[in-house]
Amino acid sequence: MENFYHRTGGYPGIFGWIFSTDHKRIGLLYLGSMFTFFLVGMTLGLTMRLELIAPGTHFITSQTYNALFTLHGVIMIFLFIIPGIPASLGNFMLPLQIGAQDVAFPRLNLMSWWFYIAGAVVVLTSLFTGGGPPDTGWTFYVPYSVRTGTNVSLAVFGVFLLGASSTLTGLNFLTTIHRLRAPGMTWFRMPLFTWSLYATAWVQLLATPVIAITLLLLIVERSFGVGFFDPAKGGDPILFEHLFWIYSHPAVYIMILPAMGAVTDIIPVFSRRVIFGYKAIAFSSIAIAVLGYLVWGHHMFTSGMSDFSRMIFSLLTFLVAVPSGIKVFNWVASMYKGSIQLDSPMLFTISFIFLFSIGGLTGLVQGALATNVHVHGTYFIVAHFHYVMFGGTVFAFFAALHYWYPKMFGRMMNEKLARTYWFIMFIGFNTLYFPMFILGWQGMPRRYYDYLPKYHAGHLISTIGSWILATGVLLMFYNFFRSLSKGEKAGNNPWNAATLEWQTTSPPPTENFEEVPEVTQGPYTFR
Amino acid sequence: MSEKHLQNEHIDYTGSKLGMWFFLFTEILLFGGLFLIYAVYRAQYAQEFHNTAHGLSTILGAVNTIILLTSSLTMALSIVALRQGKKNSSIVFQAITLLFGLAFLVNKYFEWSGHIHEGLYPNAPELLSRSHGEILFYGLYYVMTGLHGIHVVIGMIAIAAMLWLTVRGNVSGENFNKLENAGLYWHLVDIIWIYLFPLFYLIT
Amino acid sequence: MEEQNVHIGSAKTYVAVWLALLALTAITITVATMHLGTFSTLTALLIASIKASLVLWFFMHLKYEKKLFKFLFLIPIATLTVMIGLTFFDIWYR
Repeated sequence: MENFYHRTGGYPGIFGWIFSTDHKRIGLLYLGSMFTFFLVGMTLGLTMRLELIAPGTHFITSQTYNALFTLHGVIMIFLFIIPGIPASLGNFMLPLQIGAQDVAFPRLNLMSWWFYIAGAVVVLTSLFTGGGPPDTGWTFYVPYSVRTGTNVSLAVFGVFLLGASSTLTGLNFLTTIHRLRAPGMTWFRMPLFTWSLYATAWVQLLATPVIAITLLLLIVERSFGVGFFDPAKGGDPILFEHLFWIYSHPAVYIMILPAMGAVTDIIPVFSRRVIFGYKAIAFSSIAIAVLGYLVWGHHMFTSGMSDFSRMIFSLLTFLVAVPSGIKVFNWVASMYKGSIQLDSPMLFTISFIFLFSIGGLTGLVQGALATNVHVHGTYFIVAHFHYVMFGGTVFAFFAALHYWYPKMFGRMMNEKLARTYWFIMFIGFNTLYFPMFILGWQGMPRRYYDYLPKYHAGHLISTIGSWILATGVLLMFYNFFRSLSKGEKAGNNPWNAATLEWQTTSPPPTENFEEVPEVTQGPYTFR
Repeated sequence: MSEKHLQNEHIDYTGSKLGMWFFLFTEILLFGGLFLIYAVYRAQYAQEFHNTAHGLSTILGAVNTIILLTSSLTMALSIVALRQGKKNSSIVFQAITLLFGLAFLVNKYFEWSGHIHEGLYPNAPELLSRSHGEILFYGLYYVMTGLHGIHVVIGMIAIAAMLWLTVRGNVSGENFNKLENAGLYWHLVDIIWIYLFPLFYLIT
Repeated sequence: MEEQNVHIGSAKTYVAVWLALLALTAITITVATMHLGTFSTLTALLIASIKASLVLWFFMHLKYEKKLFKFLFLIPIATLTVMIGLTFFDIWYR
């Protein structure tokens, strides 16, 4: 059966991929590149954890450690999790889910991937040239980021290019969803994964330019000394933090919204029930996107901002938890009295709900002014964001990967192996990150390459957890690659789902559908 | 909803326009960050901003404003002409728009040269000896008009490309959405200057 | 094709808008020389916004676009307003 792998667009070999404007190929290009960078970022993380296994300096200098956590953050955030689900699975599935042949601007889509690669190359080049890899933390706070001799300008320019990629993807998805839905696919018949991509695209479109200008200003400051953030010239360093977090807080919603969307598509299929509260979930995605713009100050409570603004931001932070809570309620309600199939997508999904909830609830501890003062800058924060970003977004990413694997590759992953490494990952994850909540509460600062002996136990447990987690991840990679050739062949709809992508072949043909689909019902109506 | 149609060989005219508007939104937010910084420092150094603005030539600023406003007119007229089948008129209007853009940049060049000659540029000893508000005013001046100038150049490149395509017939009375989109971009560049002008030249 | 049914601007309207823009420019320069104190910034921004609106409405054709375009345009404006507004809760109350 001919599918999109057979159509090379006339280009030989690898050029059939890197010059392709087929959204499915572009999605896979992103998937391959971002998981390569994920492995690099994971290695950096393991290296840091190894150094921290006991007090004292072992095999890494303090300067190297600063570079390690900076790069770990930059790679994991800008090269992996922000492109994340939208660029890979979103690119592949969005046109399929709405019954379209491709996205609105296929050539722009390819250009987005090239911007991504260019940005990644520039960031990685900054490791080896000039003053060496940046040591400022991924947050690039002034004044240190202006004064340090390390390669901040180059790295930051790389991030700028990555931002262009993200913005253009958002623009493409917005136009696609507005214009290319199949006949009968009204807004309220779209899958909730598509809704989440829509909300995410708005954040990509409107927030990313702010980090773009902020990073440009950082380069300008390093090069010309304009003085916007320099008190000696009348500038305000806190203004940098405002501009930085005006993007970087909405950015976390770029990370989590598509993850929530994927999970919302998976739960009905593996509970054999229609989703509970379709409109509530659709609107709560929009609500999260909107409210997400209003809370950035909660990253800055100890920076020297006015008391009044701190109170406002704290209040707004508590508000943004509400739509997320609505979703959790709706997911659990969707499973109630359902016929639960505990296949790997569902295992990752259920653990996502659990881990994301822990992350979310600890966010409230940070959102309250009184407790924030104690936990800001400690391991408590590190634990929180790994629970939401890794336990949340990445576990959902893994769930979605296992769910859509048959559609993309025409094969099933090995279920038994998947359940095994799911369990290993779950144990490893909690062993790695839960002690960090306790360490943080006890006062262990973040971004430190050494620590007092009283924190040893927590760090030791955490480092062991990192090895367990890494084992699980590597087993998953093994399953992914092995199943490409040895996996059981998949039919059109191995999970018996009702969304449009499952009504075509696995893998799909280049045009996605033999005939233009006509949509007459919602996305979660099962027999 | 009713004029939505599926992709095949047709260009989705509305979709193309929608995409351009979305892109303009990103530009609004890009400059928006700079306007935010301007607002903050204007609030904190109101008197010094007021004094420093005297150093800018209101006349030059006004002339540049008129240049850009008129270039928006010629851009709009180029589309009207094309849709009425007057290809040559359209080409002339596009060319005039380009010339106006060039004139704007030439003026900017002289303005900047003047200030740089006086030693009023970022990190220059003369500027650093002035007040904080003055240092920040000039910082904002160079960065905001600089970024705007870059966008004028980008707009001119886009219009030059449209000019070429119009000559070749790829852009025509039947197929004009690219020219319209270039026009949208150019008008936004004009709008940004509409705000820059009073904020830098008229706060005396 | 779809494009044929789109409203064509009239040269007369465009020239009229241009003249209005020039007039508003003259007005804003004149007003700037008057000493309005705290109102001078507000007035300048108001006049600039009227000029911008004319460009949007006529030159950029927003008047003749579908309601969706008009609504969508408000979104970046609202976003920017919120960003600047919330920042000022810090700046004004330090």
